[in-house]
This record gives sequence, structure tokens and C-alpha cells, in this order.
Amino acid sequence: MRIDVNAFVGGYPYRRVPGTSPDGLLRAMARTGIDEAWVSHLPSLFWRQPMEGNAWLYDIVTHEPRLKPVPALHPGVSGWERALGEAVDRGAPAGRCDPMYYGLDPAGPEMRVLAAACGAAHLPLMMAVRLEDGRQRHPNDKAAELPAAAVRALIRSDEDLRLLITHADRGFIEEVHFGSTPDEAARLWWDVSWIWGPPEDQLALLLATIGRDRFVFGTGQPLRIPEASMAKLDLLELEPQQRAGIESENARAGLLR
Amino acid sequence: MLIDVHAHFYHAAAPRADWRERNASRLAAGRKIGVTMHVASILGSWGRTSPIYFPSPPDVEVGNTALLALQREHPDVVRGYVTVNPNYTSHARAEIARCLGAGMVGIKLAASRRATDPLLDPICELAREQGVPVLHHVWQHRRRDWPGQEASDGAELAALAARHPQVRFILAHIGGGGDWEHSLAAVRATPNVYVDLSGSGVDGGMLEACFAAVGVERLLWGTDLTMDTGWAKLRYLERLLPPGELEMLQWKNAARIFPRGAFPAD
Repeated sequence: MRIDVNAFVGGYPYRRVPGTSPDGLLRAMARTGIDEAWVSHLPSLFWRQPMEGNAWLYDIVTHEPRLKPVPALHPGVSGWERALGEAVDRGAPAGRCDPMYYGLDPAGPEMRVLAAACGAAHLPLMMAVRLEDGRQRHPNDKAAELPAAAVRALIRSDEDLRLLITHADRGFIEEVHFGSTPDEAARLWWDVSWIWGPPEDQLALLLATIGRDRFVFGTGQPLRIPEASMAKLDLLELEPQQRAGIESENARAGLLR
Repeated sequence: MLIDVHAHFYHAAAPRADWRERNASRLAAGRKIGVTMHVASILGSWGRTSPIYFPSPPDVEVGNTALLALQREHPDVVRGYVTVNPNYTSHARAEIARCLGAGMVGIKLAASRRATDPLLDPICELAREQGVPVLHHVWQHRRRDWPGQEASDGAELAALAARHPQVRFILAHIGGGGDWEHSLAAVRATPNVYVDLSGSGVDGGMLEACFAAVGVERLLWGTDLTMDTGWAKLRYLERLLPPGELEMLQWKNAARIFPRGAFPAD
């Protein structure tokens, strides 16, 4: 069983990307042996009202059980509490908020209210550090990357909050993990998509220093080819049950409960 | 056969205490991926006693000498680019002669001097005489000067390649950050520029854009600092290309642009 916790459907505004349709995503999943994908609606990440993409997202997953919805939650827009409730009712594995793209203070009062609400609703909150390499972004794509300090602040702000952080690199993960108490760090999960493999071996290092149970399989597809996350795992020396933890069991045990 | 045209190694005079582990990791991952040849460079002291992209002449020599030692230690799987700093013309030319004479197979130009600068011409003239390719560090669409390097972009490399039509240039790490679409457009019509697929970037659509821009016959496989992403691109291409075309970017194109006899199967 392999779960991709970090996938998107829908077009990207800053460059041409193939395979953004649900069918395209399913073809890529079949190609790489991914059984289930947690999907976000990519276009609405850039909308003033991101939650307007949730209806389309729910519609596509209704027809495709291999896709699980990760709806948008914008705590600065009226109706977000209803969107959060709907996410819980529909069994979403997580909700997502990208405060830097939404124009929110990533550790400000609105985000803290959302963090508390997600904690109370037992709904993990997903946040992306970035979507693309900062050196290649479109000149008009000026949203800053998610700061590590904001993740530390949010995980401290509510003791029931669980955060799933995607597209984080080694430095970011270490800064948040070792800047948190063990109890706080135990409520953080990281996808592997942006962590370097050999010869730097940063993923192997993090698995050893931070713990295998903190990492989940994610790809960032279709903005990134999913083969990258597969290759990272194939280059590690993992026992089958260790690999299964990263590929599905950590997500099941930690995020789907 | 699988030739990685963009590899790096470290050495004892570099700042990293883990240099042996990193070198060993590259070789071990290469065995797992199926790399049959790592064509590598060492950029001086990697910043310890002079900047990575502006290496002093003594550091250039130390780095190249370390790479020659690695090539002797692993003759079946390691080949070298001689790294030079074109600001020191006489030294650069002497270093090229020394290292090619000792078995290196190409020249590495990092970012010590812009590709449009005439100081690169004597280096390229030597490349033509010796029949070796030039791997040129490229910032994909450089909109400004970045600290620590005098980087060139695809358009500037194309200008250099136009001045030296008999030299084969390798545009470094199309996935190495920056706007790769800009680079591909810039070198599309310059037939002596080859594109190396290395870099940490694994953008959806990038590989298809490479084919559309320069064709499979001008693509070279490589890894740079992230072998996982290199392997990912190879695995993606295995599904995309017929076997004959896959072989071209796995090794045949490289075998064609490096000197005859550079690799064991030549």
C-alpha cells in the first residue's frame, strides 16, 4: 500500500504542466504504483476564495475512491468553519491552508484560530513550504515561502493540532523538529518530496535523527514527477516494515485516526 | 551503459569532514542505479581557501589533482573534467594540458567569468584542439547577479557556443534551479550545445520540453548533487522513450561528444 499525501489536480497558473486532470493523476499513480492520493485543488490555491474549489474536489473524489480530498480552509474568509465541518463529515484525511499564498500572517491570529479548530475537530492541517524551487518561480509569483518559525508557533499554539508539512527540506525540518518539545514534534509529519537522497543522504540522516515515524510518502505531483519520491526510498536501505511505515502506515496511524 | 556527465567528488582539503562518506555514497548509489561512469569535477577547495566559483590557482590544482587520484583509484567508473578559472589564462591553459595529459576527458567552466567574456576564448580554443567537451555551469535565466558566482545563463552560453562552433558545450543541470524554459529556448538553435538533465528539479513537463527544444540527440543524463532526482528522471524516461532513444541519452550521446576512448566500451 502506497499513499501519496501530497498531490494536486487542476491547472497551475505559472507554467504548462502535463497531467493535471484527475485522469492524468490516476495514470501517473498507476505508473508508479501509488494506490491512493490525497489531492488538493491546485487552481484555488491562488484564488481570493480558495474554498470555492472544494465542491469540484469533492465531486471528483466521489467518482474515484483512490483519491481522497484535502479541501482548502481559509480562516480569513467567512464560511471557513462550515468548510472545516464539511471536511470532517466527508472523511477528508486533512484540510489545507497555504497562508503565504492566501496573504495571511502564517502565525497570526487567524491561523491560530484555524489551528485550534482543526485540533478540536481532529482534522490534520496540511501546509506546503513551497510549490516550486524559489529560483525558478514566475516573476509575478511572489508569495514568500512558509517560515519554519510559523510552524513552530502553530504547533505550540494548540495541543491537539496535528500538522502535515509538505515540500520541506532538511534544514527546515531540523529547525522545527529540534525547536519543538517531544510532545510537539510528535504531532508533526513531513513528506519526503523535497528531501535530498544520495550522495548528501539527507533523507537517511533525518530518518535516523528525527525518526522514521515522522515521515510520510508524498510527491507534489503533477508539478513534480512522482518517480522522484520513489527513487529516494529505493536508494535507502529499509526493511519492508520500515518502508511500509513511510509509504502508508505512518499516515494511517498518525493522520487518519 | 549509463554515463553520468555531471558528478562531483570531495577531497581532504575541502571543508567537509564527511567527504569520504559523500564520495562513497555517490559510488554506492551509482552501483544501485546502474551508473557505469561518473564524469566528475572538483571545484577547487569547495570554498575552504578560495570561493567555490572563484577558485584560486593553487586550489584549482589541488582539486584537479584529487580528482586525478580518484580516477586512478576507480579507473573503471570515474573520469574527470579539468576545472579552471579563466581569469588566470596561462594557469588555466597549463592546467588543461596537465590534466588532459593525465587522462581527464573534458573541461569544467563554473562561474568565474561570464560566458560572453573573451577570456573564455583561449579555453575554448584548447577544447577544440584537444577535442574535449566543455561543461559550463549555467543559471537558468539569470535575471541579476547572484552572490558568490559570475553565473551565465543559456543565452550567454549560446553566444559562447556560436563563437566556437567546433566545440561541444554541455549546458549544466537544466533541473538545477531557475527558469529552464528560458534556457531551452536560448539554446534550441545552437547545435553544439547539449543539455544535461541533472539537478534537483524534477518538474512535471520539463523532460518533454527538453525533447521538444533540442531533440533526444542533444540530451545527456546526469545527476549533480542529487542522484535520487537523476534516477527519477531516468525512470520517467524509460516509460517515455523507445529503447533506442533511451540509449542515446543514457550513454551514446556522451560517447559521441567525449574523446574516443574516454570510456571503456568506446
